[in-house]
Amino acid sequence: MSESPLVCPVGSGQMPKKLYAVAAEFGNPAELYHAAEQVRDKGYKWWDTYTPFYIHGLDKAMGLGKSWVGKFTLAGGLLGLTVGFLLETISSVYVYPMDTQGKPYFSLPGFVPIMDLLTILTSAIVSITGMTMLCMLPRLHHPLWDWDAFTRATHDKFFIVIEANDPRFSEKTTVDLLREIGGTNLTFIGDEE
Amino acid sequence: MADNSLLPAEPAHTSVERHDDPPEYAQARQELIREPYVTNNRSAAWVGDHIASVVQNPAPLWWWIAVSVAGGVASLTGIGLIYLITTGVGVWGENNSANWAWDITNFVFWIGIGHAGTMIAAILYLTRQKWASGINRAAEAMTIFAVMCAGIYPAVHVGRVWFAWYLAPIPNANAIWPNFRSPLLWDVFAVSTYLSVSIMFWYVGLIPDAAAMRDRVKNKIGKYFYAVLCLGWRGSGRQWANYEFCYLMLAGIATLLVITTCTVVSSDFSTSVIPGWHGTIFIPYFGVGAIYGGFCMLIILLVPIRQYYKLQDLVTLRHIDMCCRYTLLMGLFVAYIYGMEFFIAYYGGSPNERYTFYDRIRGPYWLTWYVMMFCNCVVPQLFWMKSVRRNPWLAFGIVLFPSVGMWLERFVIIVSSVHRDFLPSSWGMFYPTWIDIITFTGTFGVFFLMYLLFVRFIPVIAISEVRSVLPEANPHAAMYHKESSTGASHE
Repeated sequence: MSESPLVCPVGSGQMPKKLYAVAAEFGNPAELYHAAEQVRDKGYKWWDTYTPFYIHGLDKAMGLGKSWVGKFTLAGGLLGLTVGFLLETISSVYVYPMDTQGKPYFSLPGFVPIMDLLTILTSAIVSITGMTMLCMLPRLHHPLWDWDAFTRATHDKFFIVIEANDPRFSEKTTVDLLREIGGTNLTFIGDEE
Repeated sequence: MADNSLLPAEPAHTSVERHDDPPEYAQARQELIREPYVTNNRSAAWVGDHIASVVQNPAPLWWWIAVSVAGGVASLTGIGLIYLITTGVGVWGENNSANWAWDITNFVFWIGIGHAGTMIAAILYLTRQKWASGINRAAEAMTIFAVMCAGIYPAVHVGRVWFAWYLAPIPNANAIWPNFRSPLLWDVFAVSTYLSVSIMFWYVGLIPDAAAMRDRVKNKIGKYFYAVLCLGWRGSGRQWANYEFCYLMLAGIATLLVITTCTVVSSDFSTSVIPGWHGTIFIPYFGVGAIYGGFCMLIILLVPIRQYYKLQDLVTLRHIDMCCRYTLLMGLFVAYIYGMEFFIAYYGGSPNERYTFYDRIRGPYWLTWYVMMFCNCVVPQLFWMKSVRRNPWLAFGIVLFPSVGMWLERFVIIVSSVHRDFLPSSWGMFYPTWIDIITFTGTFGVFFLMYLLFVRFIPVIAISEVRSVLPEANPHAAMYHKESSTGASHE
């Protein structure tokens, strides 16, 4: 690994053995936003922005669709509702019918609170599970973490990273594009083999 | 580390000024200018540095003293519970007429405090109250710790605690299942769901900040701790899009949950036929009462924290002001409901109901009722004055009254309703024993101990959320488009 480093600034003449992406740094949200619009318009798909905080409208500027998390929430809610209904009905009507104050075995109004609570509980669990899956988390390592400048992606810097997997990626034109849209500190990021 | 290029050239809110206005509009325009969420024009970098410094700097001496005191007080709960479990619930002051007393009073008191945290983090998030981003982490932590304190009581008041697992719907050797029609079982589900979902909601809010801490801290154990906590968060655009959507979903879920929980807790009482409990008004009553007590506790927590950690630019006077306004609003609701309860007792025509309310004012527990009315309905009226709302330590002093008053409210509802039931021959009195007193006192130690640990290890303010409400976080802000800006431009 020592002969070819994982992180090589553009123009240093060195290249990582296995290229993961080329990254560029931006100074503020407005610059990043307009740069992202241009990367989107060039038709790149395998790329991402990195920001220390959520920037409203950046998902549109990146051309992302609506998040799928809501579908997980709905599925989780329906699951909890069904489980709650079956748990209460099966145990109160069939498994252990118990006459309390002459109430019917199948007392749906009385079952509502626990059905509601289980709906809430499972929809929360499934939403979070879905969100972490869609975010590809948890993750033990990522090629970008080899780049020291990237620690500021959670502090005060903004990044655009275009992956080498992208069909439109080329070491020349992608770097030129990132430079043209105002990126600084352009760097090739390598992946471990 | 602060980067000057990120500092706005001028305060963003001056953009609403127009120079062609007649002079008499100038004051009106000044009134319309919204106060910034973060004062003194702080940059995103400063926000991160400053909040993280609370965790990264060595703990101040007062923190160690406070932790020792809180830990000592918390041990009282431990002693009380050990004595209770090894001896029996007879060590509490409950008796045959007052068969519910401090245990449920304390339970409702603590669970209520939790509700304000969810209110701030979820309901104010859904209604786009951006100022709440400065205090939502602190408020949610309060929720979690308050619900933990509340959870002690239902668990131990069942008597033989080692059978408490019968409350869970688990197939067991006796083939006994819980009675799903009982509000007390709903309560078990409500409190456990409330605790679980509050922790999840709080944790999801914490992920980006844990990543920020991972990238800041230098020592290996700290780095490892935050790296695991943040799950490998990178803050990519795709992650943020999913994350924000998830947060929105959770806010909706938590809103539903806080209403369900206060409904279920109030159903413990309102589904019974005890005069003083048997009323549909209990659901809004417990909801607003809970948020009232919670905002008071939040002010009690925030005022010292902002002072001692110098967070005045992040938890601004406006935040304290808003909390005081909510306190006042909830106090007015509570006062209205007190009045309405008496009206219903008078107008409903049930002699038992009437007597219960007469007993509250003229019976043996009259003092608790008067103190409650004074604390909850009279003292918070001071918050009509802006100068009071904007004086943090004065607000701190004032909210101590409703905090006591809200505990007394639950005591009045519970004990004064049951100590004299339908048969005068079985009337009695409830007096707390020393076990009651030390167990309850100790829960404050438990609460503050957990809170102090939270302040020490977790960023007390949501860094990424506060950053995203700064003017510089808006890519369309006027500061980035000086030449195209007309002055009174869009947000």
